[in-house]
This record gives sequence, C-alpha cells and structure tokens, in this order.
Amino acid sequence: MQTYKLTVNGQPKEVTVDPSTPLLWVLREDLKMTGTKYGCGISACGACTVHVAGVATRSCVVPVSLIGDRPIVTIEGIGQDRVGRAVQDAWVAEDVVQCGYCQSGQIMSAVALLERQRTPTDADIEESMGGNICRCGTYVRIRKAIKAAAEQLA
Amino acid sequence: MSATARLSSESGLSRRSFLRVSATAAGGLIVSLYLDFRLLAQAPPAKTYPPDAFVHIQPDGKIVIQVNRLEFGQGVQTSLPMLLADEMDADWDHVAAELAPAADVYKDPIFGIQMVGGSGSVAHSFQQYRELGARVRAMLIAAAAQQWNVPVAQCRTEASVVYGPGGRSAKYADLADSAAHLPVPENVPLKNRSDFKLIGKDTRRLDSRPKCDGSLKFGLDLDLPGMKVALLAHPPIFGASPKSVDDKAARSLPGVMDVFEIPTISRGTAVVVVADKFWTAKQARERLGIDWDFSRIEPADTEQLRAKYKDLAGTPGNVAASRGDLSLLDGITQANRIEAEYEFPYLAHTPMEPLNTTVRFDGARAEVWAGSQFQTVDQMAIAETLGLKPEQVTFHTEMAGGGFGRRATPDSHVQREAAAIAKHCQGVPVKLIWTREDDVQGGYYRPMHAHRIEIGIGADGTPVAWRHVIVGQSILAGTPFAAFAIKNGVDETAVEGVADTPYEIPNFSVSVHHPTVNVPVLWWRSVGHTHTAFVMETLVDELAMRAQTDPFAYRRKLLKPDAKKLRGVIDLVDEKSVTWRNHLAAGHAIGVACHESFGTSVGCAVDVSIEDKRPKIHRVTLAVDCGTAVNPLTIESQFQAGVSFGVSQLMAKGAITFKNGRAQQNNFDGYTPPYIVDAPVAVDVHIVPSTEKPSGCGEPPVPVISPAVANALFRLTSKRYRTLPLLSV
Amino acid sequence: MEYASTIRGSSAVLILIAWSGTLSLAQNTPQKAALPTREAGLAAWQQVYSVLTYPRCINCHTATNHPEQGDDRHPHLFNVVRGPGGKGVPGLNCATCHQSANADSPGVPGGYNWHLAPLSMKWQDTNDNILSSPEVCRSLTDRSKNGGLDGPGILRHHEQEPLVLWAFQPGQRRDGTERSLPPLTHEQFVAATRIWVAAGTPCPQNY
Repeated sequence: MQTYKLTVNGQPKEVTVDPSTPLLWVLREDLKMTGTKYGCGISACGACTVHVAGVATRSCVVPVSLIGDRPIVTIEGIGQDRVGRAVQDAWVAEDVVQCGYCQSGQIMSAVALLERQRTPTDADIEESMGGNICRCGTYVRIRKAIKAAAEQLA
Repeated sequence: MSATARLSSESGLSRRSFLRVSATAAGGLIVSLYLDFRLLAQAPPAKTYPPDAFVHIQPDGKIVIQVNRLEFGQGVQTSLPMLLADEMDADWDHVAAELAPAADVYKDPIFGIQMVGGSGSVAHSFQQYRELGARVRAMLIAAAAQQWNVPVAQCRTEASVVYGPGGRSAKYADLADSAAHLPVPENVPLKNRSDFKLIGKDTRRLDSRPKCDGSLKFGLDLDLPGMKVALLAHPPIFGASPKSVDDKAARSLPGVMDVFEIPTISRGTAVVVVADKFWTAKQARERLGIDWDFSRIEPADTEQLRAKYKDLAGTPGNVAASRGDLSLLDGITQANRIEAEYEFPYLAHTPMEPLNTTVRFDGARAEVWAGSQFQTVDQMAIAETLGLKPEQVTFHTEMAGGGFGRRATPDSHVQREAAAIAKHCQGVPVKLIWTREDDVQGGYYRPMHAHRIEIGIGADGTPVAWRHVIVGQSILAGTPFAAFAIKNGVDETAVEGVADTPYEIPNFSVSVHHPTVNVPVLWWRSVGHTHTAFVMETLVDELAMRAQTDPFAYRRKLLKPDAKKLRGVIDLVDEKSVTWRNHLAAGHAIGVACHESFGTSVGCAVDVSIEDKRPKIHRVTLAVDCGTAVNPLTIESQFQAGVSFGVSQLMAKGAITFKNGRAQQNNFDGYTPPYIVDAPVAVDVHIVPSTEKPSGCGEPPVPVISPAVANALFRLTSKRYRTLPLLSV
Repeated sequence: MEYASTIRGSSAVLILIAWSGTLSLAQNTPQKAALPTREAGLAAWQQVYSVLTYPRCINCHTATNHPEQGDDRHPHLFNVVRGPGGKGVPGLNCATCHQSANADSPGVPGGYNWHLAPLSMKWQDTNDNILSSPEVCRSLTDRSKNGGLDGPGILRHHEQEPLVLWAFQPGQRRDGTERSLPPLTHEQFVAATRIWVAAGTPCPQNY
C-alpha cells in the first residue's frame, strides 16, 4: 500500500492503495467518482478516458503509481472547461446518447480532439474517435455533435 | 407457478383463448414471446393500473413518471412518459422519469411479466400509458371542478394547469392531494391525434444531461455503506466443478473477505472471491489455484460443430413450414437451381456495461439492485435462491449500459449467483461484477447456425420451389417459455424470418434441427432474424440478378400482394435513395435489403466500397414502417445506431469460436465490435406516416444491414458471402 | 584480442571482437591501430540488424500509418494511428495508454516519450516485409533520414534512448508471460554497434 497525492478536477486528493491499482479504480472506488467507466480493462474501448496533464488517457491501464504530479480531469470536471461544456451541450442538443455508458469516454476523447483541432475533418474525427467503442452504435450522431460543438466554438 | 400459467392468468385471457388466438395467426405459427402484431388488433386484456403507482405530482410541480421497463438505451424512459404526459397535459419541462422497481403493476400488459424485449415496450404500453395519463387528467379536472363547484365540462387543461370558467386556474401540484382522494375513473376518452402535443414530435431524451456529465449512476456505479465486491472464477468449460481450490494466496491479500464456492445454473460450480474493492478481488482471483474436473463434461469445438451442422443441414429436420409439392425441385435442371450453404458463428452481446448485480440479504428480506430486462422473473429467482417469497425481495431497476438481450435471461443466472453470494455473506451488501473477460467467455450467445437451401427457379425468374433446412441450438428449450414457443420440435425463434416469409413461394419447406451443445445460448438483438434475414435477402438478391431485374423491382414482384408495409418501405427507400444511387462514385456499389421483424418493416439501401480489404459503408438510407411514430427522434436514433450495431455480424473478429470447450476470445481484442470506422458514415431514416398502432424499433434495424452490405460487396467482387463473419473482402 | 560468443540460444554463433579497455568512443576518435576491419564491421552490423528487425524494435519502425504489436507484428489494435508526429492523434495518442514505464498488470508496455520512429526510419515496407540488411543499413546511416546522426550519434542512440532501452526490458503481456527479448542483450547490442561505428559504419552491398 502507498499513499498518493493526486489533483483531480483541480482538487487535491489523497489515497492509500496498492500501487498497481489502475487510476480508473482509484477514481471509482477510492474517490467515489463513478463517471469514468469500466468497459474492458485493456484500453480497447475508451470508456475509462480521462485527461492527464491535458492528454486523453485510458485510466484502466495506467497504474496510479505512474501518475506522479500530473493533474487529472474527469468527466465530472470537464464541464468547467469551455470546450468541455460545448461538447456536452452538443451531445445533449443532438440527442447523441442511448444507454450512455460509453459517453463519458466519448466526450473526453472528443474534447481532446477539439482542444487541438478546432475544425476537425471527417478523417480527423474518425482517427481521434477511432478507439472508442459505442455498442449501441451512436457513431452517426457522435460525428454530428463534434461538428456542432466545433461550430459553437468557432 | 410456471411462467405459462402466470402469463394467462395475469393477462386475463384464458389459456385456451390464448392458444386459439395463436393458431389463427396467419402463417400458422406465432412466436409468442415476439408479439404477432396482428394480435394487437384484438382487445388487450382489461386491467386497471392504479395511477398513483405510475405518476407522482410533487408539490413543486415536478411530475415523476414510473417507467415499467428497463431503460438500456432504447429510449423508453422518454417515450413512455411522453404518452402519459401528453394525455395528462403535463408541462413536459417538469417531467422526470424513474425506472420502476419490480412489482405486479409494472408487468407488461400483454405478457404478464415485467420485461423489456421483443421490441415491445411502446407497442404494449402505448394504450396503457395513454390511459393512465387520461385518467390522471380526469381526476385533476374533477378535483378542480369540485373545488370551484363548476361543471367538469367547463374546465380545460394545459401544461400542468387546470383552467376553469371565469378565469380560474389551479396548478396540478396544488390539486394533486385532493385528486388523489377521488375515485379512479374507468373509461376515459383518449386524445384525438390532432390534439397531440408531444406524441409524434421529435422529443429529446430526458436522461441525456446526466449521461453526459458523469452524474447518472448505472448498476455498476452503485455504492452502499459496507458494500463488498465479488468476482467469480467460472469453470473454463461450461458445467465443470473444482476438484480442489487453493485459496491461500488469494486470502493473504489485504482486503479479501472470503473465498467460497457456489453452484451456477448452467455452468457447474464457480469459486467466489469477496473483497473490499474490485482491484483487490481481481488480484485475489488471479491467485486462486483451481484444479477443475472436466470429466464427463462435453467440450464444445467450433470445427467439430461446423462439420456436424453441415451434415445435419443435408437432412430434413422438424417441419416449421410446408406447402405445395417439393418434389418439383427434383425436376428442375441445375442451370435453374441455386444450392447454398450458410454458416453463422456464436455471437456475444458485450453490452458496454459489464453484468453486475448487488444484493443485500439480512435473513428475512433482500434488497436487489440490477439493470434487468426481466425484473419479476429475476425477483422470483432471487427469492427462490434465498428461501423467500417474491414480495420479500425489493428489486430496484438500475439504468443499464446496454443489453441487446443479454440482460433478459429466463434462468436469471447472474441474479441467482448474486443471491447465493449474498446468502453466504448475510448482512453484507455484495456487488457481483462480471469482468469483460467473464462476459465474453461466459456463454449465453446467439447460437451458431447452418442453413442449407435449394431453390428451383421458374421461367419468370421467381422461385418455384424452395427447400430450407436450418440447424442451431434452441434458445427457449429448457426455459419456462418453451411451452408455448416450441411446437413440434421447432423453436420458433430459429425460423422466424424464413418460415413466415412474406415472399410468394408456392412450394416451400422449412425444417430445423436443434442440436444439444454444451454452450448456453440466448436471444441477441433481433434473434432469429439475425441470420434468417441475411439468408433470405442475399438469396433474393441473387435471384434478382439472375432474373436481370433490379433489386427493388424484383422484390415488388416477389412479395405477397398483402405485404403492404414491406411494399411501402421498398417504395420509400427507393424514392429516398434514387438520387445518390444515380451518382455513385467509382469503386462504390449499391446493396439493397428489406425485412419485417417485430411488426416493423424496414427497407435499406447502402453505398459501399472496399478499403483495406474491409467494407466501407459510406451511406445508408432506411425506410421504416413502425405504425404510429411516438418519438421520431428516438426512432431515427434507434435506426442510425441499430444498423451500426448490426455491422457487428460483419466484423472480421465478430465471432466466438470454441476449442476444447473454451471460447477462444476473451475481450474486445479477440472479439471486436464495430468502432466508428466500421460503422456507416451517414444514415438517413425515413418514417412512413402511419396512424396504425406502434410497433417496435429496438430490433428491426439490425437484420437488414448485413445482407444489404453483402449484396453491395457482390457487385464489387462477384463473390457471394455465405459465411459470417466476413474475414476478408 | 578477445573473442566472445553471443548467447541467447541463437543457433548461429556470431563472433564479436572486443578490445579490452583500449577502444573508447567517448574519445570520438578511435586509435588507428585498433580499428576493426571492414569485415569485422559488417559482421557487427549483421548483429545490429538482427536486433533492429526484431519485433520489439521494428514494431515502431513501420512504413504504414500505424504501429505494430506482438511477436507476430500484427497491426496495433484499437485503430491506433501514427498521427502527424508519430505520437498518435489528439483523441488517441500513444500516451493515451503508454506511460513512462511498463504496466505489467494490464500488459501495456511503457517507456519515456513513447512514440513511433519517423517514416524515414522505416525498416519494413508497406506490406510488412522486413527490408534487407543493405537497405536498413543505408537508411540508418543516411543523415538526412536519421535525424542528423553520425556514427557516434547512432551509438549514443543505441546506448541511451529510453525506447531502445525499453526493447530489452519490455515487460509482461496481459496473460502474465514476459514479452520476448531481442537476440542480443543491450550490452551486446551496444558493443556490436561500437564495432560497426568504429569500422566506419560499413554497409553490405546489395546481393
């Protein structure tokens, strides 16, 4: 067991856990922040996506011991950010979600895309969102919502 | 009490009349669980639903509506409240929905169990929820009229307010208490369609925002004081049990509470690890040393099954449909015959939220939290496991991250596991989680199938004779549903879409073999139509090409004259796709398919090219006849996303295969659902305007996409793809 | 002169020539009397080549729009792409999963600044065929392709670059087994590079 000091959504947090515990489970169980989801545990689906030092990161494969002092932003905090809020608003306006379980990860990936590419092409969208699984299949509206958010932010 | 008896007594229909109704359905067979929508024309059993179990008007004006089915993406937590709110004239901006717990009043009015499946939610509760809304409105008006001492006829309602003569008004919130004391009126007229404010209009989902900001809790997110997490080491081959378990290393991890065994319904015995957290439980499970006893356990093997199924398909099975004279086939020359063999693999559902159930048992009562498609069935199973009566089990319906049929299990196996664990850990709430590996390897797949078809083509290019043999495990055998869905050795869910084909085929025979295999199977979104539509629509495409007729024209020729909904969607999809079809880019091809399932007809046209040896679906145009469209925005969503889901069957890694009794895939790396690159880029959906009763939209999108794409691929490669998944194009 | 044999169970016994203590490339100019022959340099190059084209290295030296994974060098799963800088794309970076150290429990390898080698440093063709020894040697020694490295620079890269070091401590796979190692140890790889560089980085002729 080790104690780690983390910064999550701007707040300092301290946890004492097994060093191999993935950040995902630290967030969900030790910090009770369940917005970040468990879908596969092998970084195949993206449901666990958070931002670590601004980089979209799959928290299910990152042991908390490798985070260091890099700040973490989760779905619960992304709305504080202008791009995050635009993406969430677009998701609601375009009625993207069905079951919704993958959407925390989809949104975090989409925000990472729009932070760096303000006017993404279809190819850009396919590449950046290419590793997120939506089992319900809401991809058509995800594309639409990303473009709508981009327009909003322009 | 068996499910069958429950069904007939709850629904009010006598068992005999239910069966009589079944027998009169055109085509001779009814898939009882998958409603024949022609039955809905007959009056559903009268049952009064107490409005106060469905609607709660809060003092602050918020109106909370209970949804009698699981929401797992399909949108019922918006569509059903829309029905009620419209009739009630509620202010939609203040309507909230809750998923109702397991209870008698929430049972499906037709099937008599609380359930979601068969794409029947809106169809079965359309009348029910409207009546509830109308009754509540009537009670509110009565309360206001009483208060003002005016005739009811002089009152009207709008947006949660009752207006009376002389400028009087009263908010629903202020009338709720007195309204609750009034008798519930029996027969209240429903609105005319022209008065609908919500029904038929694009309405955004009520649960979007909390699903976008991380605040909505799914079953897996549940947290209770003192809660533990349980993981199971399931037998690697279904039905096995441990000879010995070395749990020393597992128990030595700090946070591990206990290690013990429980029986599992179809899978032998599992070893349970209970720990304070998921990660602890997972590491402890990895440290278990289990010596499994595989003797006397049949190990499934895909290659062996393929050979066996191919052989069986060459022999006649139990008759599902038969008309005319099949010996005509023998007289038709090779040049005018098609002989085709199709193969379909096991499919896993892999809903994004892994299976989970939380149970707390204190010895006298139990409390359960689960995203279940079969709440009352599961409640009974849990009660049975714990030695309780169902009413001693409080069953909360949690929002579920997808289901596609996986969360509707006649044997309630996951809930039974969770109950057994809670029993062992009496007093401690335990959340049972199936990891993704448990899920992919855990069985309850869409069965593997083989088809063998011989078609004799007549002079006019239409099939004169058609012999069809299907091989595949029965989904319903051994379940309470078997009694009314398996007739003469035919599980109707294996032949739906073929046996009842709307195509005019004078000499026609469909038979089926149901082998027994040591792999548990289950319905997968659109069930039998997943494979039957692929077979029918690719064969019809082949027939059309041979007859040198375009795919729309051929279907118009071949469909029975009274297949009105299908004819309608063929016309509409033709109309809506003709422009892009006439401007196809080089290297692209068109594919067409149409299919009716769960009462809904769908026409489909796709624009496909080949990129990196895979089909790239640029565009899909869909035409849908689902009767009354309650929420067109949801319907569009279901169809756009449903075809993306349907592409699962084409994915190169879209198969569960068995070797030596074990599934060879264990996560998304080996069993891969469609990512955004695999899904259609653009999908436009066109709904046939209709005032008929609503039929389902959950499953109907799925059957059409794979055959449409396969038909397009033929035009690009001249190859007919008869084995799924598509390994390489 | 001392001879040492390679280890690692390789059936081919290769000869390494080492000068104990006299050759130090930190000095930049090898002592003339101790320079290895061209033959010795070419033999050393073959050893270097055997490591470069081993999956642990070649999986990131691809000619395509994606990395590779595994001993069977299959395309990286989950639709991971190269991206403009070889670091992936904004929603799916290398760093999205790969951290600065191996994560053995989920079986995700890691090293400082995980990224793809540039396309100029591709050691296979677009059909995943490994390029020949002369081709790879020519690429590696082409300063317009290799990031401006001279011989000593290449040696430094082999000695110190974290992702090169990673190849020799690649961590566990998801199933708990250790990832397979290149045919030489890191020390042997560096020693062979040193000889090759001292010989003037000779490249074999085309066959």
